[in-house]
Amino acid sequence: MNAPEINLQLDAWRGFAAGDWQKKVATRDFIQLNYTPYAGDDQFLAGPTARTTQLWEELSVLLKEERKRGVLEVSAQVGSSITSHGPGYINKDLETIVGLQTDAPLRRAIMPNGGLRMVQNSLAAYHFEESPLIAEIFTKYRKDHNMGVFDAYTPEIMACRRSGVITGLPDAYGRGRIIGDYRRVALYGVDFLIEDKKREKAELDDVAFTEDVIRLREELSEQIKALAELKSMGQSYGFDLARPATNAQEAIQWLYLGYLAAVKEQNGAAMSIGRISTFLDIYIQRDLDEGRLTEEQAQEMIDHMVMKLRIVRFLRTPEYDELFSGDPTWVTESIGGVGMDGRPLVTRTSFRVLHTLYNLGPAPEPNLTVLWSTSFPQGFKEFCSKVSIDTSAIQYENDDLMRPKWGDDYAIACCVSAMAVGKQMQFFGARVNVAKALLYAINGGVDEKTGKVVAKGFEPIKADVLDFAEVSAKYDKMLDWLAKTYVTALNCIHYMHDKYAYERIEMALHDRDILRTMACGIAGLSVAADSLSAIKHAKVHVVRNEAGLAVDYKIEGSYPAYGNNDDRVDTIAVAITEQMMSKIKAQPAFYRDATPTQSVLTITSNVVYGKKTGNTPDGRRAGAPFSPGANPMNGRDENGFIAAGFSVSKIPYDAALDGISWTASMTPDALGHNEQDRVRTLAASIDGLFGPHGEGGGSACDATAAVKKQVDQLFHLNMNVLNRDTLQDAMEHPENYPQLTVRVSGYAVNFVKLTREQQLDVISRTFHERC
Amino acid sequence: MNIIELKKVGEIAPPLFNEQGQPCGYVHSIETGAAVDGPGMRFALFVSGCQFRCLYCHNPDTWKLHNGKLYTVDEIVAEIGKYASFLRVAGGLTISGGEPMMQAHFTGEIFRRAKHDLKLHTAIDTQGFLSGNLDDDWFEPIDLVLLDIKEFNSARHERLTGKPVEPTLAFAERLVRLKKKVWLRYVLLPGFSDFAEDVDALARFAASLGNVERVEVLPFHKLGEHKWADLGLTYELTDVQPPSRDLIKRVQAQFREHGLTTY
Repeated sequence: MNAPEINLQLDAWRGFAAGDWQKKVATRDFIQLNYTPYAGDDQFLAGPTARTTQLWEELSVLLKEERKRGVLEVSAQVGSSITSHGPGYINKDLETIVGLQTDAPLRRAIMPNGGLRMVQNSLAAYHFEESPLIAEIFTKYRKDHNMGVFDAYTPEIMACRRSGVITGLPDAYGRGRIIGDYRRVALYGVDFLIEDKKREKAELDDVAFTEDVIRLREELSEQIKALAELKSMGQSYGFDLARPATNAQEAIQWLYLGYLAAVKEQNGAAMSIGRISTFLDIYIQRDLDEGRLTEEQAQEMIDHMVMKLRIVRFLRTPEYDELFSGDPTWVTESIGGVGMDGRPLVTRTSFRVLHTLYNLGPAPEPNLTVLWSTSFPQGFKEFCSKVSIDTSAIQYENDDLMRPKWGDDYAIACCVSAMAVGKQMQFFGARVNVAKALLYAINGGVDEKTGKVVAKGFEPIKADVLDFAEVSAKYDKMLDWLAKTYVTALNCIHYMHDKYAYERIEMALHDRDILRTMACGIAGLSVAADSLSAIKHAKVHVVRNEAGLAVDYKIEGSYPAYGNNDDRVDTIAVAITEQMMSKIKAQPAFYRDATPTQSVLTITSNVVYGKKTGNTPDGRRAGAPFSPGANPMNGRDENGFIAAGFSVSKIPYDAALDGISWTASMTPDALGHNEQDRVRTLAASIDGLFGPHGEGGGSACDATAAVKKQVDQLFHLNMNVLNRDTLQDAMEHPENYPQLTVRVSGYAVNFVKLTREQQLDVISRTFHERC
Repeated sequence: MNIIELKKVGEIAPPLFNEQGQPCGYVHSIETGAAVDGPGMRFALFVSGCQFRCLYCHNPDTWKLHNGKLYTVDEIVAEIGKYASFLRVAGGLTISGGEPMMQAHFTGEIFRRAKHDLKLHTAIDTQGFLSGNLDDDWFEPIDLVLLDIKEFNSARHERLTGKPVEPTLAFAERLVRLKKKVWLRYVLLPGFSDFAEDVDALARFAASLGNVERVEVLPFHKLGEHKWADLGLTYELTDVQPPSRDLIKRVQAQFREHGLTTY
């Protein structure tokens, strides 16, 4: 490095505690050595500046128009890349943080690498003209990810896709769920990162050139090019990203442009930003200490950054939005957590980021996710709780569960997927429908809706009354088949995604040698568990059609339903989860030696999954929505909020390391008679659910404690504090609720952007109300 | 009001045992996650049986003892025990009803074990009518009393509940001696419990006790109306509207005038 660069670096890093991070890329080391924990309350926060308010108002006009049209504008003539569009602004004079995906706000880009078909269908759906040139390029001269996958798929996978026993696979769109360590751009500047990537590549000059090594070398070259493009994109906005950021404004700007490069290049299902608040706090705190910045200015920059994150857009088909409702992008920001040394990673900027929900009003994006620890300072616990009660816009995930697995610098991608930032990625695998698989077990692999054979070589159950042992044995075999087909599909998808739609800039902000997980998932857990419970504890008669296909079930007697903290059925839910995980693990090959994991998460596909599934032995009618994620079926959790949370807590994190989602809805009245009671009660309840509980958590005097098994902890709480009336009114008068935000299974949505069907589903979910 | 002579009214139910000789009682329902029946998020046990026949009762199905389902003390304590670690952090146990004192043998034992074995914060939601039948020891494992005083004027109280108010007031004074914390709950029913002079007198009385931590003014609602019909009972309040915002504010202000923390 030459002298001027060193001086620049010295200035950028002035006042920071020295450490390994100065010699190599080590963001966590930098954070741990330099952050200032904050244990106080929210009194220091500043409201919006006049500029912020004006900017948000200008943006609100565009957002309103977008809601009306579905898609405001499309830049259809050019395939998006990091440098494809010139600089764009909302209002240059007002913005303290700049940068848009295209040259105008809410003008969506097209990203044909993921799949031309998605681009074409989306353009057609919203009546935009497609570019013949792009169509020609991607039909004549090169392939896209989508085409690659379908070249490799088996007929069996195609049949599963059609029937819906496997749904939502990222085979026609970007897989997402990869988080670049965008903080590196600010801390090191791009030149440092390019040098580091060159070093990583050079280390591979003299090894045996296996396919793995060749692929990696090509990827590293692409990463280096992408970093160079990032610099040039920065230049178009007038910034020299080659060097590190020297103050808070630059740090936010640099980091955001790193993220922007990713969302200019990839239409990933979830494009999460990582864990940036406490990192940025170090810069803000330094500027505050140096007297260069006021609290108002600090908040303004955070507000402006968040405004940008709120308008990240991708062009997608209406069918996609039906599956993942409300045009989501999952710009998940993970806030808080605790360090390995026990110091909470809560800083003033953790508060500032949450405070944007007041300064700008509630919004679903960025997907603000609190990595909750029972050892948080009370001030932060109560502030989070207050934000939940006021906005329903944040979710909680259990840092005390995740930290031992992933360390203290992981972030959540999408809804509930933890990954060490810059050191880990996942191959997103959507999910299989374990409720429909149960029907396949009963019908010998024949689809209950179409009558077609989907799983070959299975015998149906012929008895008129379902026998638990027989059903379980057949279900076990069917899950073997499902796991095999599923993992085969995922291997195809991720091979092709790497090949045709590689995430260059995101991976440039990772270490070379990373942990890859293959994130499988299950949907319909409560339906499957309740069905097996009915078969075991009540008497379930089969109703067959003329073709002999089981199409309905008559239940005689009653059965314990999942969600009431009743082990008779909760153990079944646990068993299904563990069973599926072990079957996935048993598969012979995972692309790039990925480590298999799974989630119990549906996002909003619980509605679509339900549509594609016939009558089930639990009494659920054909087509009725499943409960979301690991939730109990709507209305079956009769013993209250804690009992429901306890049932969900029993699903062991070890069998679902990609996350277990629980969405709870509560009316404000049910949380207490006044604001202070509500805030404290919600905070204490999260502590109670996230801390060890279950029977093993009883006191020493409790005679049952001595003989009790493991202790449970809730993984995720997606919290809504709302009145049902509000939602009903919003359905009738959407214009009055442009920012009404509700949490659904791991993320938040604008309620008014949901389809009517999804709105009804949200309303029909169990609300824990005052009795 | 002068010190009221403590006297025994009504009768508590005799102790009940199942065929195995285990103590048991009648339970209406269990609610985990009750946040408006004492501090925090609580396990609420609703037992059956009540001497009052409040016109606005939203759980008339709890009136008759035998409407409940029979559980042993062990079963109930085991059920609460499942949540003990949560409840120690987030709330506690509240026994409500019905009237918990009606099955005092049953509820007293649950309180004792919840307090001493499970180390929980405990609260009783009661109108106190039967308290004269119980000695001081019975109250030992109870941390907080959610005391329902329906009206301060005895005649109006009787019109509303079918019973006089004096035993409840005597109980309130006894709680001072027992050093129990009290949350006073007052259901506001237009035309029946909104008399300014009664509210004022009640507020003065409550403030004089010194152990009333808060007053909760609970606006009358009709969510339980359908239950009356289900039970073949005549609901007299069909035409009565919930109190207006202004009325609620007036009553809250009356309590606050006496220095009481009021919600």
